[in-house]
Amino acid sequence: MKKVKADPKGVLTGAHYLDGDFAIAEGALAAGCRFFAGYPITPSTETAERFAERIPFVGGIFIQMEDEIASITALIGAAWGGRKVMTVTSGPGFSLMMENIGLACMMETPLVIANVQRGGPSTGLPTLVGQGDMMQVRWGSHGDYQIIALSPDSPQECFDLTIRAFNLSEIYRVPVFIMADECVGHMHEKVVIPPADQIEVVERKWYDGPKDKYLPYKPDKDLVPFMVKAGDGYRFHTTGLTHDERGYPVINAECQDWNVRHLSDKITKNADKIIKYEEDQIDKADVVVISYGITSRVAYRAVQLARKAGIKVGTLRLITVWPFPEKRIAELAKKVKAFVVPELNLGQIVHEVERCSAGQAPAVLVSHCGGWVHDPEDILKAIKEAAK
Amino acid sequence: MTKETERPEPKNPVEDFLRMDRIPHIWCSGCGIGVVVSSFTDALRKSSFDLNKLAIVSGIGCTGRVAGYIKLDSFHSTHGRPIPFATGLKLANPELKVVVFSGDGDIFGIGGNHFIHAARRNMDMVVICVNNFNYAMTGGQVAPTSPTDANLSTAPYGNFEHPFSLPYLADACGASYVARWTCLHIRRVTKSIQEALDKKGFSLIEVIAPCVTLYARRNRLGDGLNLLKYYYDNSVIQHGADTRTLDIGYQGKMIVGKFIDRERPTFLESMNTHMKKALGDKYVPYGEQP
Ligand SMILES: Cc1ncc(C[n+]2csc(CCOP(=O)(O)OP(=O)(O)O)c2C)c(N)n1
Ligand code: SF4
Ligand SMILES: [Mg+2]
Repeated sequence: MKKVKADPKGVLTGAHYLDGDFAIAEGALAAGCRFFAGYPITPSTETAERFAERIPFVGGIFIQMEDEIASITALIGAAWGGRKVMTVTSGPGFSLMMENIGLACMMETPLVIANVQRGGPSTGLPTLVGQGDMMQVRWGSHGDYQIIALSPDSPQECFDLTIRAFNLSEIYRVPVFIMADECVGHMHEKVVIPPADQIEVVERKWYDGPKDKYLPYKPDKDLVPFMVKAGDGYRFHTTGLTHDERGYPVINAECQDWNVRHLSDKITKNADKIIKYEEDQIDKADVVVISYGITSRVAYRAVQLARKAGIKVGTLRLITVWPFPEKRIAELAKKVKAFVVPELNLGQIVHEVERCSAGQAPAVLVSHCGGWVHDPEDILKAIKEAAK
Repeated sequence: MTKETERPEPKNPVEDFLRMDRIPHIWCSGCGIGVVVSSFTDALRKSSFDLNKLAIVSGIGCTGRVAGYIKLDSFHSTHGRPIPFATGLKLANPELKVVVFSGDGDIFGIGGNHFIHAARRNMDMVVICVNNFNYAMTGGQVAPTSPTDANLSTAPYGNFEHPFSLPYLADACGASYVARWTCLHIRRVTKSIQEALDKKGFSLIEVIAPCVTLYARRNRLGDGLNLLKYYYDNSVIQHGADTRTLDIGYQGKMIVGKFIDRERPTFLESMNTHMKKALGDKYVPYGEQP
């Protein structure tokens, strides 16, 4: 992995008062993203607007495509043209992208998509918060594959995690998702952008061996194949069909097994390096609240109140949501009485907690359909109940 | 006496442009797609283009398999999406010339919206569309190009819809270069591809080609060669024809030729010109040759 300092042209060093959407755009520019294709949709549009405003002074492309299908597909093309690329969207646009998210996985294309979640299904609540796409991001395209998804809980983290998303996408040649939500996207807070030489950026895993020996899908030691770009004389082929190391279609069960397991393995076998979470007072906890995004900030209020009431409650905030920190949850499940999982949906991540806990500790869902955040009292009630 | 095996194989000139390790191809014998591929490789052979700077993108379908056989940087994308894929590729690396090679259903059915907008933006790319009047790969279903009255597997009593006229659509959307041929117009197809490769901006070359196995059989139109010849004999060359007159009726006469060849700034040219005007020296020009 080749790490370099960020290109100062894209880095707006200083302390700013930004919303999460703007911070995502700044994170992308700092990470070296020079190609953005998108389609307007609330509550993500501000990221596109910010990128459109900034890119002429940095050097790159902003293009508003005809729809989200075109946006994601243009990203894949542009990544193979050698750029770091991103788009942003929300529920309806995210749904439109699903088929070509699969293409990006199959072609092992690095790209970043931010989903600033709103209430669904369908047009749902265009301007109000939701967290209903957490399973869609993992499973939304057909077939078996793995992606990486991160969840920011503040504008500062929108900036930081966007850089990390780009770096992870380059390391693993995989689409990386920033699963933000309307509250975090529209919330204004202080965002500190460090000087360019303090921002680490991962370069693409470029192949530099002999031209006639290049195999676009031959896994390297870390399981990730080397990449080239169009125009460099490799005359390579890539396809969404099941393919061999050469990138040539092979339509049989054996190649399917090799191809699909590879897409999965390169993420699952590197999961420890990808997974990040933040814990607080977890060691002696009877109850652990597991949350992500804006909900973790609401849950924190409930946790404070519970601690005041003498309950031993810890928190685990998911920063990487996918791959899921299954080892850690399994470990905790042996020690705690119960998990409490507040989500702005009718239960998504709670199922993962249940799966990892495997009956050792119950996972109590505090559901909310979105449109507003939880009342901390509801979470507090669940904590108290769980601690009994 | 030299043994049979020692005789040097006569090399077909197209071999330099094909992935010979992927031949035999999947197309039926008598299919028109291969003929268009020959014209394409012939155009590559005749052009002075640096082949390392040429990329090809296909969608999904029988024609969509073309990218897999051409020895260029080649991308087999999803159904209907080769144009946005090519848009990304071109904009990311402006020194590339990008060719989209795909079927009528791919480009004008599921991908129609992308065609409209790429032509409107005058995105620098060459679109070669093999029009076989049906969705062949999936078994001969009705397409937006199927002539009225033709029989298709999902129009088993005949098609009652009105088909798109591809050149008319391309013209209306602002394409810089528009031509239509039948695939037996081999030299003319080659020449159009050469012209389009040299042209900056959005080009469409529609090539009418027989699908022997499905469209021809279902409509009892004879074998591939017959239909190839039928299309050829029933075409009238009319360069510069009014694109409003280019409808194709079932087994009727069709007007072919070069209809549009005009200059319009490309997407990137418009972007750079406009931004320089709007932002002056602060603008960082993108993708201009030094
Ligand atoms: C999203 C999606 N829908 C449907 C299909 C199935 N499909 C594959 S090829 C094809 C039609 C291809 O027709 P055309 O583009 O005219 O190519 P041809 O086979 O005639 O050359 C369809 C409908 C698909 N692959 N993807
Ligand atoms: S099905 Fe039709 S279009 Fe497809 S390869 Fe056969 S003849 Fe050609
Ligand atoms: Mg067709």
